[in-house]
Amino acid sequence: MTITASPMLICEHCDTVHRRRPLARGEVARCLRCGAVLERHQRFGVDGLLALVLAAMIVFVLANAWPIVTLGLNGQQVAARLWGVILTMWHDHSQVVAVLAAATLFFFPICKLLLLGWVLLCIRLGRIGEGFRRAMVLLHYVAPWTMSEVFVLGALVSIVKAHLYFDVTAEPGIYAYAALMVFITLFSGVDLHQLWDRAAERAA
Amino acid sequence: MSAPPRAAELGLIGCHVCGQVSRDPRRAGMACPRCGAPLHRRKTGSIARSWALLIAALILYLPANLLPIMRTVSLGDVDDNTILSGVVELWVKGSPGLAVIVFSASIVVPMMKFLVLGTLLLSVQRGSAWARQPRARLYRLVEFIGYWSMLDVFVVALLTALVQFGFFSLVEPLPGVVFFGLTVVLTMLASMSFDPRLIWDGRTDDE
Repeated sequence: MTITASPMLICEHCDTVHRRRPLARGEVARCLRCGAVLERHQRFGVDGLLALVLAAMIVFVLANAWPIVTLGLNGQQVAARLWGVILTMWHDHSQVVAVLAAATLFFFPICKLLLLGWVLLCIRLGRIGEGFRRAMVLLHYVAPWTMSEVFVLGALVSIVKAHLYFDVTAEPGIYAYAALMVFITLFSGVDLHQLWDRAAERAA
Repeated sequence: MSAPPRAAELGLIGCHVCGQVSRDPRRAGMACPRCGAPLHRRKTGSIARSWALLIAALILYLPANLLPIMRTVSLGDVDDNTILSGVVELWVKGSPGLAVIVFSASIVVPMMKFLVLGTLLLSVQRGSAWARQPRARLYRLVEFIGYWSMLDVFVVALLTALVQFGFFSLVEPLPGVVFFGLTVVLTMLASMSFDPRLIWDGRTDDE
């Protein structure tokens, strides 16, 4: 396997070839033909990203362990956690929804975090081999299917809806989710193509 | 200013997975030297796949909107809501602001995806040079906002898990929500299958 950083960029949206140039802080290179983003200046280095992934993993565990919303009626309290929601859907009602929720809110997000952590470690340790390559390809396919941020909005809508009939309170889990949303936004700015280039610099 | 060159004109090919620029081997079955993914100039069977997924999504979209997605039982009152009536309820009783968000995510976004992808597919099949920039921009918008439609599915799931008080009150998912969830997945797959490079491939080049 040969890994090299290319002096050229091909726009993913229209196949236009561009000569690459270094970007200043906050700068975004756009395609001359179609206007799509070619690449952004990457604010975080490998070490910074690793720290962010670690923090996001902790937040992810908390978001899953803590209840998200509780509902009280006549002295009874029901707390909902993500896995409680998924299992309720699986057992009593509709398995399709359970599978969709489990995949987009648990399995794909955790895969994305673990894979990202793994490729960053590989780059840091200079171990650019078959494992790195496979993880990078998997990351490419997993990335569009994480929907934690949609779930945060869904929780807000649920609270407002349930509030019509019941006494509902937001629990710490929702804040953990909100924090996770921030991390996800940061990670969505991570350009996998540029991670390949960093790997190339390491391997060289 | 002359138009910037495209990969095919320079005999180059960009890997769809990792972005690596390689010399175009001009034969099938070559793998990207960097990531090992198969190299191809355009996504394979893009138009046919995209149409098939879009039409399947459209078929599921009908029951998704016509069938109720959620049943609320409150002190003996049974209330079945469709996507639209849920939005109306939220507007009337709860918060108009959130109602607008749910309306956009559940109704505007899916409709827009059908319209935009349908238009893109038709115009690409005709090799049209019409409004290329705006069409490219619309495609990026659809890609960016598409998954937010999953909102209503999560709301139904959360409410079901929360409200389980037996006879007094109960929230149950109804079949509409399954159809809706599947519609969202299918439209996402349809927009991923579409190759936006085709917008610029028309028989007559720009200008």
